Amino acid sequence: MTTMTYEQAMEEFDPVFGIEVHVELNTATKMFCGCANEFGAEPNTQVCPVCLGLPGAMPVTNEKAVESAIRLGLALGCSIRESSRFARKNYFYPDLSKDYQISQYDEPTCYEGSLDVVLDDGTVVTVEIERAHMEEDAGKNTHVGGSGGIQGADYSLVDYNRGGVPLVEIVTKPITGMGARTAEVARAYVATIRDIVRALGISDGRMEQGSVRADVNLSLRPKAVAGESQDAVPFGKRSETKNVNSLRAIERAVHFEAARQASLLLAGQPVVQETRHWHEDTSSTTPGRSKEEAEDYRYFPEPDLLPVQPSREWVEELRGTIPEHPAKMRARLREAWGFSDLEMRDVVAADALVLIESTVAAGASAQAARKWWMGELSRVANDREVSLPELPVTPAAIAELQGLVDDGKINDKLARQALEGVLAGEGSPSEVVASRGLAVVSDDSALEKAVDEALAAQPDVLAKIQDGKVQAAGAIVGAVMKATRGQADAGRVREIILQRAGVEG
Amino acid sequence: MSSLDRSDVARLAALARIDMSDADLDRLSGQLAVIVDAVAKVAEVAGEDVPATSHPIPMANIHREDVVRPSLAQDDALAAAPDAEEGRFRVPQILGEEA
Repeated sequence: MTTMTYEQAMEEFDPVFGIEVHVELNTATKMFCGCANEFGAEPNTQVCPVCLGLPGAMPVTNEKAVESAIRLGLALGCSIRESSRFARKNYFYPDLSKDYQISQYDEPTCYEGSLDVVLDDGTVVTVEIERAHMEEDAGKNTHVGGSGGIQGADYSLVDYNRGGVPLVEIVTKPITGMGARTAEVARAYVATIRDIVRALGISDGRMEQGSVRADVNLSLRPKAVAGESQDAVPFGKRSETKNVNSLRAIERAVHFEAARQASLLLAGQPVVQETRHWHEDTSSTTPGRSKEEAEDYRYFPEPDLLPVQPSREWVEELRGTIPEHPAKMRARLREAWGFSDLEMRDVVAADALVLIESTVAAGASAQAARKWWMGELSRVANDREVSLPELPVTPAAIAELQGLVDDGKINDKLARQALEGVLAGEGSPSEVVASRGLAVVSDDSALEKAVDEALAAQPDVLAKIQDGKVQAAGAIVGAVMKATRGQADAGRVREIILQRAGVEG
Repeated sequence: MSSLDRSDVARLAALARIDMSDADLDRLSGQLAVIVDAVAKVAEVAGEDVPATSHPIPMANIHREDVVRPSLAQDDALAAAPDAEEGRFRVPQILGEEA
């Protein structure tokens, strides 16, 4: 069988794809019980009779989770159903404590939306959203023995801390007509969802921790012959690649699946409709359950939970809290801040956009805010192996720090020392400047004394300056800065040196 | 007339992981068909103006505030587990069927 490349596959076939994104909400508690929704606790310490599925335990819906789901639906342009209900999805798997998952089936809370996705070159693609529904997460299996994977394991260990954590699953309608840009659109779509849930503040949106997870459905169909509409060509059999958990992996999964299916089709072999597992290490997929056999979930309305009927007033109130579309916000801020495309892309990639925006809102200039977050603070975050938002410093503190520089109270070097103190928990920038004694030496007599001493140590400098080599003053500025442990105002020092040389600056 | 036959019952039993003998299937498909048919009579009585009802009590929006409540201690959570290891429930090998 000839192995096709993605590009060849796209030459030969017309791709159709759809994406399911699971967003883990950052509520304080789980979807149907009061156990803490927090990542990283000791196994089975955030569980109770409800999320362990013990007989007789009754679930009660978390109002905040409903609110988050509605806000997400509104941000995706969805209609909010006046009455929606939960349903049981029945299947057996050890990470599912009750042997059913509480989800939504025929009456999801949010339905029929659309989302504009902006590609790198500025092209806007509108993705139609079929639904966004609420459900609960499953626990976590650890496979023991064999290779550590699910296949060949001797037994498994289950931690139900994640079981019952609130999720919103967003399902697109089939996306057609993207051709060779399919992989790019798939990636950009998931990136946009991630940006939106972060902007809404309903999820931390960390793909690497699984708080945003994607399943990628893909099928290929023949290209329409001349005179025929592509829409008239029926869809091919699709595969569903589960748990593709990084933006890069989304692109790669589309590449792999398109090439795999095209190779089969060209060899006259059928594509099997099935679930496939994504393997990050090899950038490939392998078959899981075959869909037709396994997928009979016998959904029925959840009798233990009452319908969700959000009032229209509440929905409108929530609509007022929906932030601007991330791509539009980026374009607006780039313009307002005067950043280049490249600078803006770096800022977004570093997760610094909101931080810079807040720093500017607190009074700093955009350039100064960018300099701090993308410079010194990025370096510190990198050293500590954390993301910028995780650093123990607020945008307001950075604005305050820059204010001290702008007022001439400290210089850049002292500002970095003050920042070090702020990051060490010593207080606000002003407090650190006071407690560490970091103020710029502005007392002229002290500076004049330091300049005179430096000039005495390097007697040839004055003559050079008088000869017109003004840059020679740099050596004296350096010496004075050293003598004052960086606390001198370099501009003032230069003025004094030029005065001593009898040259006006 | 019955809407449920023997093969439906066999399929449901397989989905529910219930091992049934041929005799079980014969007996239960008869019994279940009677129940399903009895319930189906409701549909005959309900006119077009009666919507399908999943929740007979007219209540909605029974929600809980997003406030953490104490969870079980790990030992208590695992107390009824047939087997446990490293603070987790130990379960048999998962996949013969999915591999």
